[in-house]
Amino acid sequence: MLVTPPNRLLRLVIYKNNIMDIPAYIERLEEKIGTDNLQTNYPHDQLTITVSRDKIQEALQFLRDDDEALFDHFMDLTAVDYIGKQPRFQVVIHLVSIPKSQRIRIKINIDDDSAEMPTITGIYPAADWFERECYDLYGIRFAGHPNLKRIMLYDEFEGYPLRKDYPIRKRQPRVELRKPEVRRSDETVEPPR
Amino acid sequence: MSIIEGRYGPNVIITSVDKIFNWARLSSIWPLTFGLACCAIEMMCTNASRFDLDRLGIFPRPSPRQADCLLVSGTLTAKMAERVRRLYDQMPEPKWVISMGSCANTGGPYWQHGYHVVKGVDQVLPVDVYIPGCPPRPEALLDGFLQLKELIKKETLAKKPA
Repeated sequence: MLVTPPNRLLRLVIYKNNIMDIPAYIERLEEKIGTDNLQTNYPHDQLTITVSRDKIQEALQFLRDDDEALFDHFMDLTAVDYIGKQPRFQVVIHLVSIPKSQRIRIKINIDDDSAEMPTITGIYPAADWFERECYDLYGIRFAGHPNLKRIMLYDEFEGYPLRKDYPIRKRQPRVELRKPEVRRSDETVEPPR
Repeated sequence: MSIIEGRYGPNVIITSVDKIFNWARLSSIWPLTFGLACCAIEMMCTNASRFDLDRLGIFPRPSPRQADCLLVSGTLTAKMAERVRRLYDQMPEPKWVISMGSCANTGGPYWQHGYHVVKGVDQVLPVDVYIPGCPPRPEALLDGFLQLKELIKKETLAKKPA
């Protein structure tokens, strides 16, 4: 029989029949930004929170500075295109706390096709090029970024190639090609919807 | 005193212009190295002491103006294709192109899909020798240069019969 004090119930999440212990700083974060703006989950044995777009800067500031969290190391920022679903895009941020030896995954749903979210370079300067890469390949605009332009592709490139609706056969060469591209077959391959 | 001095009298050597031009060209191929991916590691290895391309007169040059062969080794992206073309245009005639590795030959693993890779260097430049492999062994690269030498041997100044 599991005996849990009432105030501790908030911190437990049932995932795949396992009861996961959620750290106390997540509770404090919930108090800070509001319950509606935060969902907690435990997929792949890693603490994952989904934060609403408007509260992401506040949440990251808290996670970096809170004495129990201390997520001082920015690891990764990327995006996923769930085409045909609402919200369409999801930006995923990974953080590591070196003093506390813990990791967290943060997801932000971007529900409209304007695909915009606030920048996090003010909190983690290392996110600068990650956001530019994300903008380059997924077309997600980071409002307030100091230098939001393409980082890997050339400036004349049209469209965002890792979006699922980018035509799979589309080529944008910068020099004139001497001969047509050799193709296995002429049938068009449509991206999965 | 070595073995060659004092052996021959004053002499006249007769050969064709083609032969002597081709002999000079094939004996000192100076490639402009264009390492773009992992093939470049094999290329460096072939240039280094174990395989020693220098013994065949092949000596890598960092400048297109001193080179007569462009060795493209690696994945050619659409962004880089413009630079390759420009460097090729800066090389003096006569010039040859070696395409090293699957990516440079056909696009390699990006041969069908991929917005970013040129499906073969021959879409941008006229290629003389293709070296298959992913990446090719240094022996394969050596063989590629030997094939290029065979090609150069067949060149002629004469007008080709129509």
